[in-house]
Amino acid sequence: MNIGYYPGCALHGSSNDYEQSVRACLGALGVQLCELDDWICCGATAAHSLNHKLAVALPARNLAIAERDGFAEMLAPCPMCSAQLIKASRAIAADSKLRDEMSDIVELKVQGRTQVVNLIQVLQKAGSEALRTKQVRALTEFKPACYYGCLLTRPPETLRFDDAEHPTSMETILRELGAAPVEWNYKTECCGAGMTMCNEQTVLELSHRILSDAAAHGANCLVVACPMCHVNLDMKQADVERRFGVVHNLPVFYLSDLVGLAFGLQESELGIDRHFVAASGLASRGQ
Amino acid sequence: MQAVQQENPVEQIAHTNVSHCYQCGKCSAGCPMGEHMDVLPNQLIRLVQLGRMDKAMRAQSIWLCVSCQTCSTRCPKSVDCAGIMDALRELAARSGNPASEQMRTVVFQQAFLDNIRRYGRLNELELIAWFKTKAFAKDFSVPLLFKDAMLGPKMIQRGKFHLKGEKVRDRDVVQRIFAKCAS
Repeated sequence: MNIGYYPGCALHGSSNDYEQSVRACLGALGVQLCELDDWICCGATAAHSLNHKLAVALPARNLAIAERDGFAEMLAPCPMCSAQLIKASRAIAADSKLRDEMSDIVELKVQGRTQVVNLIQVLQKAGSEALRTKQVRALTEFKPACYYGCLLTRPPETLRFDDAEHPTSMETILRELGAAPVEWNYKTECCGAGMTMCNEQTVLELSHRILSDAAAHGANCLVVACPMCHVNLDMKQADVERRFGVVHNLPVFYLSDLVGLAFGLQESELGIDRHFVAASGLASRGQ
Repeated sequence: MQAVQQENPVEQIAHTNVSHCYQCGKCSAGCPMGEHMDVLPNQLIRLVQLGRMDKAMRAQSIWLCVSCQTCSTRCPKSVDCAGIMDALRELAARSGNPASEQMRTVVFQQAFLDNIRRYGRLNELELIAWFKTKAFAKDFSVPLLFKDAMLGPKMIQRGKFHLKGEKVRDRDVVQRIFAKCAS
């Protein structure tokens, strides 16, 4: 299967462990990622906070390149990127005036035709049979709290994926691979997202609530599908522990890490050894 | 009242009808930042309904909002509260008079866009350096200057640190897009 691929800035920056994990996991499934030529940043929170026109135009340029190069489907593993791309795509597809205006601004014809998908959707599309065929190891020792955060499902009328209040798509995939996901309360609460740099107190407080609730419900790790969630819950976990005087010590995996481990990939192939909170033998156990 | 609503810049930017809000407060009840806000989301919408833009744009809460979209998702009247937050931020930043306590967030978002305008993709190291310099010039916070300094070596060790950022080939088109979107 060939699919368009929009990495976004985080996956080519400090979240390159996520790109490594996605590439290794999907590669094992036979999914070929074709990176979008000369893609530009989606604008993220800065654009939608400060300039509403730019918040459509920056994703529109990428959508236009995807259409020009014939991608019917494009994976954006970062939910910030995918949400911005989908939002722009729906607005452009629904409004001929906006379509003309954006085509003029981004200097390429854009119609909002490319379907932008997240990592979970690519795994769903591959299908449980393909996952089980590739599986060489049951994930029995993993009791993950599947954390969706905000932008995989919200706003629901735009993203049209899973249930905005009680999503279960990651649990379904991991359960099939032998893991025992826990029921918990914070799977759609915000971790503080892109405020890590300018408002750290917010990030530490919101992330502390998430980590605490996961631990209270018996999770031995968290699973995410977002680079920003991973930064706040993994890289910042030591700061959370210092700020609140607690020990969480909860490894945070990308969804592709656990699926990759089930396929028999090594920690180092998936980039798990580059996380901040050590997997403490959880990942290598049972091999 | 009708005249005020037709010219409401928040509705123009957010493409949502603030008069649909009947003040149930569900947006504020589910807001993860509610307990820290000076003006709650439903109160902000009320201010916009009344045309009290000056007060809404000066609220600290618009910069505390983490854009999690919970308010918009749960609104029984489909008022896009998160979109209203965006519109208020945009108008406040444009007016040059946002709440001074939240200038750091404004400076960060502006530095982020400036970075994208120049390279087309985010250069993390340069963004952090720019942000810290600009924020220091405003509030002289020494802790902010050294915040996360200890993370640097750990990121290098994990191959997560890039001295040189990526640039797109066609940076001219990026700059033209920014110019055409200038408000």
